[in-house]
Amino acid sequence: MRTNRLAATAAAILATTLLTACSGGSAEPSSPAAGSSAAPAAPVKLTYWSWVPNMDKIAAVWNQAHPGIQVTVSKQAGGDDAAAKFLTAAKAGNPPDLVQAEYQMLPSFVAADAVADIKAETAKVKGEFGEGIWGLVTLGTDAVYAVPQDSGPMMLYYRRDLFEKYGIEVPKTWEEYAQAARTVRKKDPKVFLGTFSSKDPGWFTGLAQQAGAQWWSISGDAWKVAIDDAATGKVAGYWGGLVKEGVIDSMPYFTPEWNKALNDGTLLTWPSAVWGPGVLSSNAPKGKGKWAVAPLPQWNAGESLSGFWGGSSTAVAAKSPNKAAAAEFADWLNTDPEALTALIKEGAIYPASTKGGALLTTTPDYFANQPDFWQQAAAIGATARGFTFGPDVNVTYNAYKDAFDKAVATKSDFTAAVRTMQDVTIADMRKSGFTLAQ
Amino acid sequence: MPERVSRPRAVPYVFLAPAIVLFVLFMAVPIGYTAYLSVRRTKVSGLGLGRGARKEIFAGLDNYAAAIGDGELWAGWLRVIGYGALVLAVMLGFALLFALMLDTKHVHLARFTRISIFLPYAVPGVAATLMWGFLYLPSLSPFGDRPFLSAGAVTFSMANVAVWGGTGFNMLVLYTTLRAVPRDYYEAARIDGAGELQIALKIKIPMLIPAIILTGVFSVIATIQVFTEPTTLRPLTNTISSTWSPLMKIYRDAFVTGDLYSAAATSMVIAAISLVLSFGFLRVVKNRAFGET
Repeated sequence: MRTNRLAATAAAILATTLLTACSGGSAEPSSPAAGSSAAPAAPVKLTYWSWVPNMDKIAAVWNQAHPGIQVTVSKQAGGDDAAAKFLTAAKAGNPPDLVQAEYQMLPSFVAADAVADIKAETAKVKGEFGEGIWGLVTLGTDAVYAVPQDSGPMMLYYRRDLFEKYGIEVPKTWEEYAQAARTVRKKDPKVFLGTFSSKDPGWFTGLAQQAGAQWWSISGDAWKVAIDDAATGKVAGYWGGLVKEGVIDSMPYFTPEWNKALNDGTLLTWPSAVWGPGVLSSNAPKGKGKWAVAPLPQWNAGESLSGFWGGSSTAVAAKSPNKAAAAEFADWLNTDPEALTALIKEGAIYPASTKGGALLTTTPDYFANQPDFWQQAAAIGATARGFTFGPDVNVTYNAYKDAFDKAVATKSDFTAAVRTMQDVTIADMRKSGFTLAQ
Repeated sequence: MPERVSRPRAVPYVFLAPAIVLFVLFMAVPIGYTAYLSVRRTKVSGLGLGRGARKEIFAGLDNYAAAIGDGELWAGWLRVIGYGALVLAVMLGFALLFALMLDTKHVHLARFTRISIFLPYAVPGVAATLMWGFLYLPSLSPFGDRPFLSAGAVTFSMANVAVWGGTGFNMLVLYTTLRAVPRDYYEAARIDGAGELQIALKIKIPMLIPAIILTGVFSVIATIQVFTEPTTLRPLTNTISSTWSPLMKIYRDAFVTGDLYSAAATSMVIAAISLVLSFGFLRVVKNRAFGET
């Protein structure tokens, strides 16, 4: 009797007051299960922020097999916005348990103390990844901050049919690429070989990596920042020259205009990453079967090098109450053959795990005319080189957009834009108090 | 649980309580928290990696000094003032013109016209900007290969979106005020031999002045807060920077570069400027508007 009345009172209080905390004490006696917890515990509930297509279906496979750990996927918009949202949620104290973290954003997450060190939980899967990729989730430290999911080695997508029409060979060096750009303009002034995007810092980063740039590095207890190094200057000067000469367009990627150019054959190449087929098939459906893939043009004839554009990992939030369970899911998602197969099939991603390569057997529909697509991708992937990302990539990337927007609009010196990126990055790190090596 | 209120003196407070609670929760606390954040910053030690490498410390007025000393913020104000002057003049001009025309005696299809002018206001800002953005893009535009989004034209193109969206609302405010003017005034004017044009200039516009000022103040505030149009157009062109307007700079600081503290300080500065501008505008026009009547 007494418990009933207490429960009723508690309910009444709950209904009539905003301060739900009041009901805690009086409601307790009415829940008999609270004391005797010998019975199986309620399943651990995890939330996961990701923008991989169909991730909910892949999580469903896990949920089926692991009734004790239930993962709910919350679909995100992706890119910089998703990172900002996660940082804000972490600061506010209610982040998701698991988050998709792009490699370049991971150091910012670590610096903000937003992701957990999951070294112990990931020891068993470390061997599944190449050293270069693993370095991106350890940041060169002893800790492990995420499990790699996919990677984005860069290659050159080109319109095979139109290359034939205009009589252009697939460029093997950037010098040949520049020549081809001039040839195309001469043959048809409405057509461009390529475009320089001032909205895609990740793209430019990959090209700089190919040239051998090392924007950040750690020496002892200090950061070394060298965004305006010789390699990056070379890349910037090259594209700046082409834009100024008018032989390369300057419309940004992923815009309606760009989609149109991809579709109607007024844009012939796209130096992009291995995830390109997904973008091309949705943004340029009319180009199906007409695009082909080749290695990126090289800086020196005879070399074969590439960089990375994008790629992400699965991180566990520092504030998650169920870190071990979350790390277990992250391990499974990125190394289990069943999960990898689902990621490839449903999520259209290029797995970072070395096992993943063998699972890539079906040529993307869009590239039906190129049956060796995945062999090409694997060969190129092996030649890609990356670098350590710094703790404020978001600042650097934003500076890229503003500085290159201006440089493109006024057709001014691209190397000056790179120096702006360096200055803005250094100023921000100095203001925050990072130790910088000079 | 019914409970009788025994002390009548408490009654006013009981009635006021919801308003006070809401005001404290949703106005006072956030403003106070913003002010608190604005005098703090993070301090990183060493590499800034690992636990405890980042601390929040008291920063004094450093963030304010940085906000006020930032040339980009003031360049943003200049851009917004230019944009605002354009929007204000054209939008209110059209709104007044349409209101006066609809209020004349011999107008056909008044209802339909009124609704069609008002309709763009019902289109959400993002949708309207995207729609115009597509019309502006050279390769997609039905107007041909014109540089609507070039450095020189982008302010006008953005103002056009605001005018398209805002004219209807302002027209409706003015028109409603006009309908409330007693018809005898016009009758008397006509007997005195005034034409429609003279009635409009000598009677209607003077009677409208308070309403024009009201719409003016609203427009000034909306202009200071311009964010949606430039942010939506930004991915389409390289002529709009991430700090084009002051509010965009706050957004960038808070959510792109992750510096909530600078963003808080800049917010306080902008709030102060908005107050000065709106009250300044009111003060300048007050005597003209309310002094004579």
